[in-house]
Amino acid sequence: MATQLPSGDKPEATRKKQHSRLFLWIDRRTGLDKLLHDALDEPIPGGANYAYIFGSGLLFVFLSQVITGIFLALYYVPSVSDAHVSTAYIAKMVAAGSFLLSLHVYGAYAMVIIVLIHLSQTFTYGSYKGRRELLWVVGTILFILVMGMAFTGYLLPWDQQSYFATAVGTSVPNELPVVGGFIEKLMRGGTQIGQLTLSRFYAMHVFYIPALIFLFVAIHIYLFRKAGAAGPVSESPVKPKQKTESFYPRQLVMDLIFALCLVTALGFFAYFDPASLGPLANPADTNYLPRPDWYFRPLFEWLKLFHGRYEILRIVIIPTVIAILFVGLPFIDRRLERRPWKRPVAVGIFSIIFISLISLGAYSYNQDATNKDVATQLAKQHKMEAQFMKQPFKPLMEGAAGATMAKPSGTPSPQVAEGKKIFQSHSCYACHGEGAKGTPIAPKLIGIGKKFSNEQLDDLFKHPLPAMNKGGMPHFKFTPDQVKALRSYLDSLQ
Amino acid sequence: MEMNADPRNSNTRQSVPGIEQDKRILEGRRSFFLWLIAVGAAAMGALLAVPLVRYVLYPVFATTTSRSWSHLGDFSDYASITTPDRKDAVTKQVDGWRESVAKKPVYVVKGKRKPSINDKEVLTAVCPHLGCDVPWDPAQNKFHCPCHGSEFAEDGSLLRGPAKRGMDTLPIKVENGKLKTLYEYFQALLPYKKITGY
Repeated sequence: MATQLPSGDKPEATRKKQHSRLFLWIDRRTGLDKLLHDALDEPIPGGANYAYIFGSGLLFVFLSQVITGIFLALYYVPSVSDAHVSTAYIAKMVAAGSFLLSLHVYGAYAMVIIVLIHLSQTFTYGSYKGRRELLWVVGTILFILVMGMAFTGYLLPWDQQSYFATAVGTSVPNELPVVGGFIEKLMRGGTQIGQLTLSRFYAMHVFYIPALIFLFVAIHIYLFRKAGAAGPVSESPVKPKQKTESFYPRQLVMDLIFALCLVTALGFFAYFDPASLGPLANPADTNYLPRPDWYFRPLFEWLKLFHGRYEILRIVIIPTVIAILFVGLPFIDRRLERRPWKRPVAVGIFSIIFISLISLGAYSYNQDATNKDVATQLAKQHKMEAQFMKQPFKPLMEGAAGATMAKPSGTPSPQVAEGKKIFQSHSCYACHGEGAKGTPIAPKLIGIGKKFSNEQLDDLFKHPLPAMNKGGMPHFKFTPDQVKALRSYLDSLQ
Repeated sequence: MEMNADPRNSNTRQSVPGIEQDKRILEGRRSFFLWLIAVGAAAMGALLAVPLVRYVLYPVFATTTSRSWSHLGDFSDYASITTPDRKDAVTKQVDGWRESVAKKPVYVVKGKRKPSINDKEVLTAVCPHLGCDVPWDPAQNKFHCPCHGSEFAEDGSLLRGPAKRGMDTLPIKVENGKLKTLYEYFQALLPYKKITGY
């Protein structure tokens, strides 16, 4: 199958004859011809194959992420007051903004999926064998960096989901003895999630980690070219014997076809099912159920395992063993055998870990779906997200000089203040919205005093309407005085 | 057909003419395929560039302020003005995702340039040269731009360049005895007035 292709074996003289004088001039100044041939004539033992498209596919999606990311930076502002509204501006106002934002979000998913395929394939094909230790180790670093990008990018839109997922994510290091609290503070820039956290995550997401990815991708490709393509599993990892085919043109064409498929798929999803942004982060929302995106689900579920005396298994022993096996793989497995069916132990361990992770993720989703309360709350959150996307864009209002913004001021009566306190402390705003303006899941309460008297309202708390029960309204036991205060507060609102 | 005309074939051992011809056709197909891929990739790239360009150009075509009349007080107050009266036109300004109430400097002046009501005009303070704010110089009794020295008469008409036109008048109206103006932006450097936004 491996036919020697013309570009590889044509004598230099004939090859150059085909080029224009302009090309020759550029070539004499830059050495472009040699560079192109060095890049494109890479020999592939056993010939080009669709099995080898994932590395370049990963590089392609990464470049797409860089481009879409740079474009997002044109409007996005990483500040607590602007992050959410500027993201909403991109999603709802800017021409093609929702498309680019979705390309970036789905591109991140594609990165995680393809990096997992690339990693699994390298393992299954035994392509880390035969003087490729550093190539593998650099690959593991890149894997961690990609997951780091996914984690840090998640907070940036500053919506409910991103806020709470990051709250959990940054708390995880607390599991570690001694250094845990320190790491959490380091990630958050203090004890709370706030502006400093956002700035840190932003800087990590757009400067530090991408810079490291560029660096390690360069090293990865250099080491790959140095060691040479590994070829099929039947090939010797050290001294390839099979007939080779150069990278150009067939492998390049296959890589390009894959890239086109990726662009088409990402574009299709971004256009027909754009990524959604949730409502602004509300740290006071005690009902919110944080859930990480799918790629962190297995780790999310992992945190719930092994409590009590076996905790050490979860926190230290198993993660350490897996980390050592993962990074140190080519040092531990030094046999030259590449065929997976002749490596039962290695393939077995890898399969167990991989299947365990998938099972953990699936179990986590299943748990959510079967627990009725959780399922209702998650559905509610999903509904609020969809609702937010449907609402027209609301700009950030700035009360400059208070020219038109001035509200009738004056100190509220003690009863109103008391009512407000009850409204806040019982988390009424979580469902009825800040200032009782109403949300998709619960009605507006402003002006409720016109509909109900104190006694009627009191009665409503004691004997809720079926619609209230159905909507998940908790049963509060308020004294008549408290009801009166609540009503005064709600009447004071506009 | 002379098979060995191509130097490439000279070092192929035992070249059978039929097979060589097949190979050539195959190569022809391959290069056609490559050409197709290249064109496809270029078309795809161009297609993807469309949303990027639209995305970048979005603010160029979006309005920056909401069009609403600003109040400048009772019209009768200006009946006896002798020198330009510096006022703030309060407009709601849309700045990307931010909406703020902005104060824009304007002058209520005596003059008959259009549009005017009862010999009163409202001028924007923005210099028609390169956009500095022009102050009124009471000592010289004219507008003097601090940036490049353009000078304008009391009614905003051009006295001295580099500005190519007089100060821009804003639309005005009197409603219930109140003077109102519509704040607008004009393109710099032109010899005539051209609205760019509001």
